[in-house]
Amino acid sequence: MEQLIDILLLMLSSVLVQNFIFAKFYGICPFLGVSDKPDTALGMGLAVTFVITLSSAATWAVYYLMLEPLGLTYLKTIAFILIIAALVQLIEMFLKKFVPSLYQALGIYLPLITTNCAVLGSALLNIQNGYNFVYSVAVGFSAAIGFTMAILIFAGVRVRLQFAETPKSFEGMPLVLISAGLIAMAFSGFSGISF
Amino acid sequence: MEILYAFLLFAGISLVLGAMLAIASKVFAVKVDPRIPEVVECLPGANCGGCGFSGCSACAEAIVNGEAKVSACPVGGQEAADKIAAVMGVEAGTVVRMRAQVMCSGTHGNAKEKYIYEGPHDCAAAMRLGGGPKECPNGCIGLGSCAVHCANDAIRVVDGVAVVDAEKCGGCGVCVETCPKHIIRLIPFDAKVHVGCSSPDKGVQVKGYCDAGCIGCRLCTKVCETGAIHVDGFIASIDYEKCTSCGKCAEKCPRKIIIVKDEKVTVEA
Repeated sequence: MEQLIDILLLMLSSVLVQNFIFAKFYGICPFLGVSDKPDTALGMGLAVTFVITLSSAATWAVYYLMLEPLGLTYLKTIAFILIIAALVQLIEMFLKKFVPSLYQALGIYLPLITTNCAVLGSALLNIQNGYNFVYSVAVGFSAAIGFTMAILIFAGVRVRLQFAETPKSFEGMPLVLISAGLIAMAFSGFSGISF
Repeated sequence: MEILYAFLLFAGISLVLGAMLAIASKVFAVKVDPRIPEVVECLPGANCGGCGFSGCSACAEAIVNGEAKVSACPVGGQEAADKIAAVMGVEAGTVVRMRAQVMCSGTHGNAKEKYIYEGPHDCAAAMRLGGGPKECPNGCIGLGSCAVHCANDAIRVVDGVAVVDAEKCGGCGVCVETCPKHIIRLIPFDAKVHVGCSSPDKGVQVKGYCDAGCIGCRLCTKVCETGAIHVDGFIASIDYEKCTSCGKCAEKCPRKIIIVKDEKVTVEA
């Protein structure tokens, strides 16, 4: 029972306090790239959630069952990238077959999940923090939920920004970066909560 | 020895992952007609949606599946149609190049205004506030939503009314869809005469809210030699199949809203 509460607190913390985007600044590329419409943002979030959850499990297994016994832990980065790349390929084929509209909308950002540092970051953090298998998957999943939430909130903000009259010099990316910064500041309020 | 382990381990992981992807590519295989990418090559690639499909690749798919004509792309025109016809192995036929025309002359001087609008800079938003700031229910709102959506940057708002640069216009019709007032029409590129009003209201009402509105007097229909112009309700419209661009209707129009253009308007950037 105690362990369950522990896991839940850890999950809540990785969604809000340790939010990948607003607190750690991981995965900024898709965050800025596909956040102009809420539905593509949600699609991106779900794709990243899928990849991070699966890669958390796979990388944990590879690290503790193969790399550690053989004393090859220094090769973890390469091994993790290999696994992540394969998973992204898998989800790309899956989306092309079953959700072609989302596949079209995500465009180049879909294969770029491979190099999304949020994915590699979550795998490496799991190892660094010495989580066991259940913790790794739970934390990976909830961190990805935090990513999805962040990108969705931001897509909502950007939809409203489209109707705003902005000074010429702030139009486009500058305004996007400023609003991202403001949301990140708001999120820093959560850092006062410690679990 | 350790290097051998590393080598074997990574070879093993790669082999497993490779096998997994090979199986997945069989399971999730999507059959793609080889002609689709060839047709995509022939299209302009602006993904403007003027053809009615969600983008150039969707249009190409529809063409290959026979759901759309080879001339489906209004932007590519004859050139694209010929190339696609070559890919598909059929005759292209002739394509009439179209251009968009805003059917309104309600500039600030002409059209009366109901109120001063200070909301979001978007026609659809203004439309919701009592149909926009102009008295005329069919007048251009002038906030330029059409210009925002134009892929060719061909539209500018001049003195409260959107104006299309005919040379830049690709005839895709996105603005026609965007306009909440539905006052933009696609007309043949070579057409020289158009009716600069969209109000079907009675003459008295039109006179009440605009100095440049069609009152439905029918003088133009009487003067037209080819019967190309007719009045439905209280608004004149031109049938471009019959129109010879003689300009007699424009001379006769008491409201001066049938407009002849010898040279196409070009809008300063």
